[in-house]
Formats: sequence, structure tokens, C-alpha cells
Amino acid sequence: MPEIVITGLGATTPLGGDLPTTWRNLLAGTSGVSRLEQPWAEHLACRIGGQAREDPAAELEPAKARHLDRSAQFALVAGLEAWADAGLGLDDDNPVDPDRLLVAIGSGIGGLSSLVANWDTLRDRGPRRVSPFTVPMLMANAPAANLGLALHARAGVHSPVSACASSNEAISQGFDQLRWGRADVAVIGGAEATIHPLPVAAFAQMQALSRRNDEPERASRPWDQDRDGFVIGEGAACLVIETLEHARARGARIYGTLAGAGISADSHDLVQPDPSGLGQRKAMAKALADADLTAADIVHVNAHATSTPQGDATEAQSIRAVLGLDSPAVVTSTKSMTGHLLGAAGALETICALLALRHRLVPPTINLERPDEDLGIDVAVAPRPLPGGDRAAINNSFGFGGHNVAVVVTTANATA
Amino acid sequence: MATATAETILSQLATIINEVVGAETSTISPESSFSDDLGVDSLSMVEIIYAAEDSFGITIPEEESKNLRTVGNAVAHIERALADA
Repeated sequence: MPEIVITGLGATTPLGGDLPTTWRNLLAGTSGVSRLEQPWAEHLACRIGGQAREDPAAELEPAKARHLDRSAQFALVAGLEAWADAGLGLDDDNPVDPDRLLVAIGSGIGGLSSLVANWDTLRDRGPRRVSPFTVPMLMANAPAANLGLALHARAGVHSPVSACASSNEAISQGFDQLRWGRADVAVIGGAEATIHPLPVAAFAQMQALSRRNDEPERASRPWDQDRDGFVIGEGAACLVIETLEHARARGARIYGTLAGAGISADSHDLVQPDPSGLGQRKAMAKALADADLTAADIVHVNAHATSTPQGDATEAQSIRAVLGLDSPAVVTSTKSMTGHLLGAAGALETICALLALRHRLVPPTINLERPDEDLGIDVAVAPRPLPGGDRAAINNSFGFGGHNVAVVVTTANATA
Repeated sequence: MATATAETILSQLATIINEVVGAETSTISPESSFSDDLGVDSLSMVEIIYAAEDSFGITIPEEESKNLRTVGNAVAHIERALADA
């Protein structure tokens, strides 16, 4: 099978409207979590979130933005950033054969705010005022489909929906399609826009969200004994991947290699992670085997760790079990700063893991003041240097439904 | 509204078209074809029609809206609807 390399990156997040700004803020230990000042938040149990630093609509033509749900707006912004970062142009300047280009963008929920807004319209003003764009705006494949249209991708457009594992699942799908020879280039990632009263209220009803409303910056605190749930975030993250042959032929700058992916399902409970961590361990072990690496090769883990009491503890135990107690891996949870971008989390964190390898610097886990006892993993609480030489990292993403997807990236084939 | 002239209707309609599909108002004339000149697809046309209904306080029945090929057709329809109101 061909080697698959990563040649373009883009993200719009609570820490920045683009990836370079996001990365700088991650290394600086900045929190992207703030109070939700919208009037609708006033009566909710949770009134904090990781709100996108830049409004994606402002970066698109108004008539274009108007017909896109915010989730698709995020996907376009991050996808086009990644495309440009890969040195690729649009329309007449797009050098990629459309029949060899595919898109895989996951979203956990899709165009929820467009759905609800048009339900309000139907109820208040009748069916003749419902937007004809309601369906193309609410469908969960809209972020992928719109990016596919913008890039003229004709080899396929995929949109996995597996809650908070969606974008790692998209990475895995794009990776496989390229390995199977079905395309040469893929744009893969995830997008999510659920800072809206309904999902915030609903996640709060599940007791899943932090209620540290008076200290938003301190609310997302993976592995800290005082954690009380995740912080909802929004945004998108995308990677351009291509076969090594295609990347070399066009002289592309190569960040590193997408080396492995591992998927498992808990089959334990719809929303609670299996406390034994069996599915998580299997996903990580499969990803390592897929990458033809062993635990000793892993120098860094960007954990799923969302700041929920049980989830963080189970994952720490799973990482320890797979990598071993003497593992040199430096672990971090960038969700401590971004909040949880749900269906966009895996892609953002895979990018973070890759940049950590490339810059040999792991972003910190902030707010980790009193770690769980017997944590057994080495968590970076300040930016931590990584050793030189060949380096590999794992990113974990787990989602409601029992989805576990681990991705392995390495510095192999990297160019300056 | 009953005194609206074709010219003011055109200008108001051009603003709506601009909001929906982004076409520059200065390029919109009675001769402009919705689909060929302004890039209005079938979904955008529905949006333009209901925005026009709200804006002018009229109704444009679905069967008639299908016959509105040019901006001038729409202006004439709106003018008649306002006169009948």
C-alpha cells in the first residue's frame, strides 16, 4: 500500500480563526473558554463554552454564508486554509485531477441551529416561510459536500457521523481510500457548531457539562480531581493528505506521515464509556499495528480526555495499559484550552499531535492542579520538549455510541 | 405601497436579489434573466419570492412564480398585485 503523507493543515477554533494563531495560543497555555453572553444562556445550568474566535460567516461572501449552516461555514474556512497551506489553488489554479480528489469531513450533529430556526419559522409563520435551503443546511453531510464543491472533488465525498469520534473516523476513511488507490489527494477533518441553547441544555441534562460558570477559563481541567464535565466548543479542523508519490511529484512540503488508524466499538453502553477501557485499548493497539509501530515508538499522546470524571480516568488507564508503565510518552489534553469540539475534536487534536512532533514541543494541559492519584501517565502541565529522531504520536477520539478511533502520525518523510 | 412605481419596485427587488445570491444591484435590470444572468437557482428563486412577498405585502402563487423568467416579469407581477390590493 502507498505511504500517505500530510501536506496541508487548517483550523478555526476557540483559540484562533486559523491554525497558526490556534497553535501559538495552545503553546502559550491560553484558555479559549468564556462565558456565554447570549441572552438565551441566562437560564441554563451551563453558561460557558469554547466559542470560535472568529465568525466564519465574516470570511465568506454574504450570499454564500447565508445558505450555509455555521458548521459548513467552519468546514469551508478550515478546509480552504488547509488547501492553501498545501500550496494548492482553486478553480483554474486547482492542479489536482478532480477524479482523484476526495473529501471526508465528519460532524457529530450537523446543522442543528438551521433545523431549529426553521422549525421556529414553520410554527410562527407557516410553511411558506420555511427556507428552501433548510434541508441542504441541516444535513450532517453538508460540511463535506460544500467543501467538495469548492474543491471540485469527484472521487467521493464522505461524512462519517460518530459523535465525538466523527473526525478521526473521517481521517481513517480518507486514509483508507488513498491506501486502496481510489484517490491521490484527500481533504479530511471535522466541523461542529453546537453552541446553541438546545444542545447546551441537553448535554447539561446528561450531567456531561462543567458548571464552573464563574471561572470559565478553569472549567476544562482533564485529569484534575476537581473536574466536573466537559466544556462545549465549536469550530473545524482539516488536513490535506496525499500519496507520497503524488506529494513528491509536485514538490509539496510534507509535515509528516499518516501512519495508522484503529477503530473499535465498546458495545457496552450508548453514552457511558466502558470502564474496563477494552475498546479504547483495542483502538490504540490496532492503530499501532496498522502503523507497524510498537508502544516504544510513541513519544506523545494527544488524549481524548474531555474533563469528565470517569472518562479521563478510564483513558489514562487505557493509555497506560497499551503503552506500558515505562513509556516515555508525554501526554496532553488540548481540550483543557479549546473545550470539546465534538465532531471536530479528533481532527484538531490529530493536527496538534502532528505539530507537537514537528516542533518537538507538546502543548500543556492547563488547569491540572491536583491530578488524579495513581494517574500513571506523564501529563505535560507546561510546554514539554520532545526528543529528536523519528517520532510518532497517537491521537484518541471516543464518542457517544461507543465509538473509539485512534490515529497515529509520525515524522517519517517530513520535509523542512 | 399602492403608489409604488416600477422603478422603486425594481430597486427594492434588486436589494433582495443581492442579499440572496450576491449579484450586484447595479447589474440588475428588467431584462436580467434570473437563471442565466444572475445565477439564481430554483431554491434561491423560492427565497427571493417569499422575501418579495414579505417586502411588498403581496402573494405570488407558486404556479405563477414559475413563469417569472426575468426581473422585469417579476416587477410587472408585483406592480399588478399591488394595484389589485
